[in-house]
Amino acid sequence: MRPQSPSQTVGPFFAFALVREGGNVLVDEKTQGEHILLRGQVLDGDGQPVDDALVEIWQADAQGRFRHPADPNYALADPHFRGFGRSGTASGGFWFRTVKPGPVPPSPVPCIAVRVFARGMLIHAVSRIYFSDHDNTQDPLFASLDPERRQTLVAERQLTPAGVVYRWDIRLQGPRETIFFDL
Amino acid sequence: MSHHESPSRVLDWSIQPPYLYSPYVATVRRAPHHPLVPLPASLLERTGPVYGEGDIGPLDHDLTKNAAKNGEPLGERIIVTGRVLDESGRGVPGVLVEIWQANAAGRYIHKNDQHDAPLDPNFVGAGRTLTDDQGYYRFITIKPGAYPWRNHHNAWRPAHIHFSLIGRNFSERLVTQMYFPGDPLLKYDPIYQGIPNIKARERLIASFDLETTRPEWALGYRFDIVLAGYDRTYFEEEP
Repeated sequence: MRPQSPSQTVGPFFAFALVREGGNVLVDEKTQGEHILLRGQVLDGDGQPVDDALVEIWQADAQGRFRHPADPNYALADPHFRGFGRSGTASGGFWFRTVKPGPVPPSPVPCIAVRVFARGMLIHAVSRIYFSDHDNTQDPLFASLDPERRQTLVAERQLTPAGVVYRWDIRLQGPRETIFFDL
Repeated sequence: MSHHESPSRVLDWSIQPPYLYSPYVATVRRAPHHPLVPLPASLLERTGPVYGEGDIGPLDHDLTKNAAKNGEPLGERIIVTGRVLDESGRGVPGVLVEIWQANAAGRYIHKNDQHDAPLDPNFVGAGRTLTDDQGYYRFITIKPGAYPWRNHHNAWRPAHIHFSLIGRNFSERLVTQMYFPGDPLLKYDPIYQGIPNIKARERLIASFDLETTRPEWALGYRFDIVLAGYDRTYFEEEP
């Protein structure tokens, strides 16, 4: 066994290399499914927005398929959807234009994988986004989480003139600290 | 389905730095306090973005050329190469490796970097490449300078190149920094010192490599990276 390499902080000066134009737009006009805006803030222990964080998301397409060979339905995945997005927070928060993913069996509800990096974080934190318009307790992992805390994983659906918006904040610390996973 | 039932730890916390390391002051208000929750491996984390040659431009790996306007960037030209491995020691192909760094004077192009040192009109300091079939990558760049930061009085970051790696699935993800051998600033740097295990820390120091060094042209450094992730576990456990 080779010992794994240790993580180091992304630092404050990554945007010019990692945050590319369009990197937070996962869809084009042909992408199947409900197009949504997913937005929120990364907040520190004082409740202040973190403006030098990097947020990455990974998700299935609207049918619950991944464009990745580990998915048995790989060949059927939406060719207009890669499923990966990256956003900085320099403007006060992060946002992604994406589709609402389909549920991935055996879970009957959809979710998105999230990773956050920031100055002041020597290693990333991993979380998940569930959606407020589903009964997430049907998901075995969600159901197993502390009921007092698992609401931190739920994005709130809002209908706006511009379309469907899901709002989800990442609280790194504090009374409503987001649930982070060991990954 | 058994994959779903077995929580599978990926990160080795005797090697990885903690969230809270108070000598690095910015960790104090950004460190999660709750223990991390075990995550059973599901298809969501066993898949990830797949990159190909179409994602990479021909000069993306050469930071001495990919932002040149009217000449070569100033400073010491270097070659940085290495192999990306998984924990079972196999090369990992198709990894998206992105790097970014300060210029030779210790200045980042980022608008918030106010260090009183010159920008270089021929250098941005960002590059990307994919590992080959055997897991090898290669960059050409300029040796970055040390620069001051405000963590504590007279704080200076050792010269470093930031690395971001996206491997074969969501679990294979690493952001780290490469340092240079013999740098006297390493022992004063709370970011480097935040890694608890001394041997693990030292694996972030590249080694000077005469074989990589190109005569009459550039010094070579070798920097291998070991990615934690699910694939090691799965391939070994599957019948």
